[in-house]
Formats: sequence, structure tokens, C-alpha cells
Amino acid sequence: MAMRLKVEKRVDVPKWLPLATSVGSVVLAFILGGIIFKIVGGEPIKAAKYLFQAVFGSWAVFSDTMVKATPLILIGVACAIAFKMRLWNIGAEGQFYAGAFGASLVVLIPIVPLESTPKFIVIGLMMLFGMIAGAIWGFIPGYLRAKYKVNEIITTLMLNYIIINWNNFWIFDKWSDRGFQMTASFDRVAWLPRLADYAKEFKAFSGVTLHLGVLFGIIAAIIVWWIFKYSRWGYEIKLIGDNPDAAHYAGISISKNIILVMAFSGALAGLAGMSEISGVVHRLQESISPGYGFTGIIVAWLAKLNPFAIIPVSVLFAGLIVAGRELQPAGLSFLLQGIILFMLISSDVFLRYKIHILRTDEEKETT
Amino acid sequence: MNFTIILHAGIATGTVLLFAAIGEIFTERSGILNLGVEGMMLLGAMAGFSASLSTGNAWLGVLVAMFAGGMLSLAHGVVTIHFQADQVVSGLSLTFLGTGLALVLGEGLTGQNPPLLLDYNIPLLESIPVIGPALFQDHGILVYVGYLIAPLAWFYINKTRPGMHLRAVGQKPSAADSVGVNVYGIRYLYTFVGGCLAGLAGAIISLSVSPGWYSTQTTSGQGWIAVALVIFAQWNPLRAALGGYLFGMLRRLILDLQGPRILLGFANPLYINSNYSFFLIMMPYLLTIIALIFGSRAVAKKRAGSPSALGLPYVRGERGK
Repeated sequence: MAMRLKVEKRVDVPKWLPLATSVGSVVLAFILGGIIFKIVGGEPIKAAKYLFQAVFGSWAVFSDTMVKATPLILIGVACAIAFKMRLWNIGAEGQFYAGAFGASLVVLIPIVPLESTPKFIVIGLMMLFGMIAGAIWGFIPGYLRAKYKVNEIITTLMLNYIIINWNNFWIFDKWSDRGFQMTASFDRVAWLPRLADYAKEFKAFSGVTLHLGVLFGIIAAIIVWWIFKYSRWGYEIKLIGDNPDAAHYAGISISKNIILVMAFSGALAGLAGMSEISGVVHRLQESISPGYGFTGIIVAWLAKLNPFAIIPVSVLFAGLIVAGRELQPAGLSFLLQGIILFMLISSDVFLRYKIHILRTDEEKETT
Repeated sequence: MNFTIILHAGIATGTVLLFAAIGEIFTERSGILNLGVEGMMLLGAMAGFSASLSTGNAWLGVLVAMFAGGMLSLAHGVVTIHFQADQVVSGLSLTFLGTGLALVLGEGLTGQNPPLLLDYNIPLLESIPVIGPALFQDHGILVYVGYLIAPLAWFYINKTRPGMHLRAVGQKPSAADSVGVNVYGIRYLYTFVGGCLAGLAGAIISLSVSPGWYSTQTTSGQGWIAVALVIFAQWNPLRAALGGYLFGMLRRLILDLQGPRILLGFANPLYINSNYSFFLIMMPYLLTIIALIFGSRAVAKKRAGSPSALGLPYVRGERGK
């Protein structure tokens, strides 16, 4: 009984299919990752159980996972808006570091006297400076792309290396705390409020590290969803992404939008940097990111660029990052992310084509 | 600071970029954009190092590195050629995949001492003043192969029949298909070639130029610089070679700037405060951006070089691609 594959183009995509392919890719990637883990000598099932405990086991560890999800949500949304226009901002990592630097300026110069300024003003200024610094780091590749047609993938990536060394100079030299490779701890006025701060009033919050930054992420997701759904700008972004020629003939300025979207995307990634140092690290130091900027790319893609879907996907990947600290060898979470992304883009073929398995005798009857 | 030393080191490190960039030129000339060079290079560096350690033969390491890079590139090939996935996203995933694989499989390799590729002198040529010692002394065989590969690649692409097929597939796959050229086959072939050369470039790092396995620091973004070099070189292997060597020399010059106490008649700030070297580390990346600006302007002006079907999937029987 011979069988034969028949492939035909899909005319319309059923609503459930994109979700099914996303979930399917993740599941398959975990299975593959497990097999590789087995090959290098691990015990995948035992490890998975242990990791689940370490990631979602209690409120305290889940809050830790949410803390890691916070920058991912912001960066995922930042990437989504750029990718929607088919602008490949691979520099969210750098824009994150730029945002951390900008926010630190407020505290370390300091721009306002820290003793006498209310908390909300200090925090507000840090957000502003973080977003401006991130926006500048997004503007540069945007401008180069719009003006000189310079490939933004490479410029954003090169700018990542540049800003990390720029930050290092300040951390190692001007702002070094007694020769350590970090700045002094920020004054408490520059700390984002955490749930643990309210442990006196609510016993359950003691030790819960979740900070206000997670709200920035959720608000950013809502705003970008609104931009996509209702604003003229969002319509222009989608049109340029889908069909730049049509957008051009419709009188939409592509160069202006490239610059705007890159700066906006950079600002969101910069805000993630601000939220991380103000909410978690409380100082500027080396390696403030375990690759949030790159994981954010996968998050955005896995969420099919839907700002709301980015939130749960970020939590999943935050779990992977938390698990990555426990996992040996250390590259395994990187590997899993790579496999997930690969599965995902391969599975897109199911969205474009219908695949039937036909028995050849069956086919004879029909033809 | 000595010109011969800078030229010598520049040639050695430039060879890494040269192989990776020429591999990417082959791939892109067939219409496939593979941004995963960094991942393939890192995997190659790890595989070469590891294989040399376990077999005791550095050349077997080189072969394994090429094979590893090539196999990884085939993942990109399947996804972009048969599944018509977005080449940019697929290339990025390949970087993740290659990096992750290299880190997982390279666990415990740091600090090991496998046999390395040996250095040789070329008789007669080494006695040419100034450039002789820089170009023909104490280099690995692959550096000398590098001198030949750029002109050979140029000749192959521009003057031979298979080279013509390669260009046709990258420029107008439908036309190539209509005269019986196997578009898919050719795209797979050159994606594989690009992967092999990227893997080779990785092995040159870990077994010759700066021997050792330092996880992601081993390549530290050189794969991306190679991708930029392809645009700068306008898809021409000869320009890629020149750019690669120049870039290598600049990297060495930057390192050497930290040495002297007096620089151009002034007290050397880099000597006084070593933290200023962070600005030096930025330089290669900054230079890449600057080179890319000039390269892109030239490409935009002449509208030449870039294969016109680059990044577009080819579907048999569909119009207009």
C-alpha cells in the first residue's frame, strides 16, 4: 500500500493553526533538547522535574521567574514593532545596556539632588534618560539604514559590542566602587518599588522580589497593541512591512518610519535596561543581561509579533533563563532557544501549505 | 610598533575573515543569505579543537570543523530552500543553534592542549625585504592557501561555467531553471560550501591564530564582521581578501597602541590608564560600521554587486521571482 505526499497551497489559514504550530514547535524543541541532554550524559526527565520546581515551584521562585520575564516583555515588544516593519533590530541587547547607562546618569552624576527629590521624580527621570539613551542607540542604525541603506542587522549588532565596552569603561574607571568592577549601590530613592517592600503590611509579600518594572512591560504591550490595531502609524508600519512599494505609492515616508520605529524600539529596550538596574541590580555593573536582547527576538517571533502573546511567552523563556542557571552544561538553554526558533520557522510551512497523505490506490479512485 | 609585525599578524587574523567572507560570498551569490556565520564559525572552532584533541591530528580537526560548519548550514538550507522560511530569521536561529551546540559540546575544552597547526616558511619568497618576513614566514599552511583562494574564487565565479550557473541562480533563478539549471541543488551546494568555509575559519582561530577554546570569546563577533565584509567587498572575493587583511592589520595595530610610553610625541594615555583600552576594543566594531557605510553607498550608487535574488525563496512554477 504505497503512500504519497500531496502538497497544495493554503488559501486561508484556520485561526487555531498559528497557535498550534507555536505550541508544537516548543514541545518538539523540548523533546529534541532532552535527547541532546541525554546524549551529553544528563537525565532529562529528572532534570525537567527539578527545573520545573526551580522555576514555578513556589511564589518566591515564580516571582524570580517574573522578574526575569520583565525585561523580556519589554524587549519582545520592542522587537515586535521593528519586525512588523521587517526591520531587523538585533541590537536590543545594546539598547538595553544604553538604557541602563542613561538611567545610571541620573543617579551617578547626579542630575537631581537625591536626598531632597521625591522618589517618583527620580524614578521618572531614570525612565526618561533610559528611554532616551536606548532611543539614541536605535536611532543610529535607523538613520544609517534610511539615509545610506546600511544593513541594520550588522550595525545594530556592532553597536551592541560598542556600548558594552563603553559601559565597562565607566564601570571600571570613573564610577568604579573602590576598584571593584561595579558602581556603588544606588541610593534607595532610585530603587523601583518591590512587593517585598510591603512585607510589613502583607505577610505573603516577604521575600517576593517582583518589582514595578513588570507593569512597564504590560503597559508597553497594551500601547503597542493599540498602535497596531487602531493608530494610523501602526497601519503604516504594517503596510511598509507587507508591501513597501504599495506604501511608497500611498505616500507614506519609508525613511521617516524606519528612523521612528528604530528609535521607538530602542526606547522600549532602553526602558528594560532601566527597569533592570533600578528594580533588580541597583547599580551599574558588567553583565547585567544573560542575553535578554537576543532571547527577546525569539520571544517576539514565537508570539507571532502579537504584543499580548509576548507576555506568556516571556514567562516561559524567563523560566528557561532561571533554569539555565541550574543547568549544566551552561549552553543548553541557548541551544534550546535555537532549536525552538528553528522548529518555529520550519513549522510556518504548515501555515502556507496543506499536506495530505494519500494512498496511491485512493488517488486512482479520485482521478 | 613595527610594520612587519603588524602586517604579519594582520595577515594571520585576516585569513580567518577571508575564509568566512569568501564562503558567505559563495552562499549569497546563489541567492541564499546566511547570517549564521558566527554560529557556524563557533561550532567549527569548537569541533576542530575537540577533534584535534581526541585524534591527536590537527588536520583531522580542520576536516571535522569544515564538516560541522557545513552540516549546520544545511539546516539553514532545508528551512530556507524547501520550507521557504524567512532567510534573516533562519540565519539568526542558526547563530543561536551553533552557539548553543558549541557551548554544550565544548564543555570542558577550555585549558586543553591539542596539537595545533604548524607554521612554515616559504623558501626564496621569505627573503624578500619587508614583506617577505611578514607574508612568507611563520604562517600556517592555511594562510598560504588563503593567498590563492581569493583569486581562485574570483576566477571560478566569473570565468567558469559552474560559476556562471551560480551567478544565474542568484540573479534570476526562474531563467536559470528554464534552461535546465538545478536551482535547488545549486543553492544547497553553495550553502554547504559557505558553511564548510565558515567552519574552517573557526578552526583557523582555535587551532592556529589564537589557539584555545574560550566559549563565545573564541570568535567574539568575527562571523558578523565577515558578513559585513561581504557587503563592503560588494560580493567580490578579491576585495574581500583585501578587506580581511586590512581589518586584521587594524586589529593588531589597535593592540600595539597600548605598548609605547610616548605616542606621536605625547604621553600615551593608553599606557597611563589601561581602562582606556575599552575604547580600543570598540574600534573593530566601529570600523565595521564605517566600512559598511562606504560599502553600502557604493552598492547603492552602482546598483552592482548584490545578487538580485538574494534573500528571496524560489518556488518552481510561481511567477515573478
